[in-house]
Amino acid sequence: MEEIIRLDNLSFCYPDGQAALNDISITIHQGESVAIIGANGAGKSTLLLHLNGILRSNGRVKVLGRTVEDKNLRWIRSRVGLVFQNPDDQLFSPTVFDDVAFAPINMGYCEDEVRQCVTTALERVGMAGYQSRSPHHLSVGEKKRVAIATVLSMSLQILVIDEPTSNLDPASKWSLIELLKGLPITKVIATHDLELAQALCRRVIVLDGGYIVADDAADRILDNKRLLAAHGLAPAEVA
Amino acid sequence: MKHSFLDHYSEGNSLIHRLDPRTKLITSLLFILAVTSTPPTKWPAFAIYFCLIAILLFLSRVPALYVLKRSLVIMPFVLLIAIFIPFFKEGEVAGSYNIWLWQVSVTYSGLQVLWNVVIKAWLSILSLILLTSTTKFTSLLKGLEQLKMPRVMVMVLSFMYRYLFVLVDEVMRMKQARDSRNFGKQQRMRTVANMIGTLFIRSYERGERVYAAMLARGFDGQMRTLDRLSFRKLDACFGTGFGLALILTNLLY
Repeated sequence: MEEIIRLDNLSFCYPDGQAALNDISITIHQGESVAIIGANGAGKSTLLLHLNGILRSNGRVKVLGRTVEDKNLRWIRSRVGLVFQNPDDQLFSPTVFDDVAFAPINMGYCEDEVRQCVTTALERVGMAGYQSRSPHHLSVGEKKRVAIATVLSMSLQILVIDEPTSNLDPASKWSLIELLKGLPITKVIATHDLELAQALCRRVIVLDGGYIVADDAADRILDNKRLLAAHGLAPAEVA
Repeated sequence: MKHSFLDHYSEGNSLIHRLDPRTKLITSLLFILAVTSTPPTKWPAFAIYFCLIAILLFLSRVPALYVLKRSLVIMPFVLLIAIFIPFFKEGEVAGSYNIWLWQVSVTYSGLQVLWNVVIKAWLSILSLILLTSTTKFTSLLKGLEQLKMPRVMVMVLSFMYRYLFVLVDEVMRMKQARDSRNFGKQQRMRTVANMIGTLFIRSYERGERVYAAMLARGFDGQMRTLDRLSFRKLDACFGTGFGLALILTNLLY
C-alpha cells in the first residue's frame, strides 16, 4: 500500500513553552481510516494542524511523499482537506456558495470549474440547493456538512477532520457518520467519541499528554477498558 | 438564534429589488451628492427629492412605518451636532429669551442651517435605507467589489456581516450566564468591563482560527473572486432616468 502520511519523531512546543506533541511517529497508508482519540488537551488538534503545515516544527512531516515546507505548502493544502472543529470558524463567508467556492477559487480554477466543484461537493454532503443560504441560518448539523463540502471541493486525497460529531444530536451524528463512511478517501479523524471511532475506523491511535500511548486495530483498543480508562476515555475503574 | 434585522425586506421581488446592486449603489451615491450640494434656500428642490425617494420606496413595497422608524435612528446624532447652531449663528434675531442670567437669542439664519442639516441628513438616510432594505447584503458586497472598492475593505465588511451574529449570540450567552448567577443584584461596572475584555479575547482567538481555516484552503494573502453580476436594460433605464431627474432638479430650482 502507498504511504500517504509519514510523521517521524515529531515534537512541538507552543510559543509559551508548553509541550504539545512529543516524539510522534505515525505512518498512514492510502485508503486507511484512522481515529486519533484522546482526552481534552491530549494534543489531537495540534497534531492535525501539522498535517497541512498550519503549524510546523522540526520538519518531520511528509505528505504524499513530499516534505511539508514552504515550497510544497500550496500543493499539499490542495490535497489535504482540514475541517476544523467549530463550523463557525470554518465557514467565514456570507453565503454557502462563497464558502465552498473559496478553495477552488484559490486553486485558480476557472469559473465553470468552480461552479461544477461547488455543486458536486454540496451534492456529496446532501446539501444541494443551499448555495445562497447564509451560514448563520443553518443548524449545527447542516453547518458541519457544509464545512465538509468546503474541502471536498478541492482535489482532495486526504480528509483530516477534527471532532466531527461534537455538539450534534444522536440523529445528526449518525447521519454524519454515514456520510463520512461513504467518502472513499483516506481519513484522519480526531475525536473522543468512541462510537464514531468504532463505526468509521479500523485503526485507532491513542494520544495522551502529547505522547502516543497506543496504536493498534480499533477493536483491540476500544475493547481494552483499562487502557481507555487510564487515558481519560472511559469512566474510571471502580476496582 | 435567529437575527433578521439586517436583511428583513431584502428578499422581496419588486422592480427596485431586481435592479443590479451597482446601479443602486451609484444612484444612491448620486442622490446623496445632489441632496447635500443643493443650497438650503432651494426648498422646491428638496420637495422633489423627497417625492423621488417616496416614489421609489412605494415601488419597493417596503412598509413606510418601518422606513420611518429606521430613519429616526440618525436624528440623535444630527440633533446633537446641529441643535445649538441657531443660538450661536449671527444674523437677524428671530426670538430672544431670558433664562435666569443668560440672554439667549435665536437667529433666522441659524434656524435655516438647522433645518438644512436635518433635512439633508434625513433624505440621505432615506436613500440608504432604500438601498439596504432592497438589496441583500451579499449582493451589496459583490456590487462594491465590482465597483473596484479595495478587496480588503470588501472582505472586512463580509467578515463583519458573517460574524456580527455570532458575536451577538456570544454576548447574549454571556449575559444569560451572568444573570443566572448575580441573583438580581445591580450590575457592577467591573463585571461589564470583564465581559467586554473576554469578548475581545474570544474574538481575537476566533480571528486566529478563521485565518487558519483560510490558510488550510489555499489562501495566500491574495483575494480572488468570481464575477457574477450583470447589468440589464432595466438598470440602464433606471440609472439614466434617475440621474436625469436629479440633474434637472438641481438645474431648474
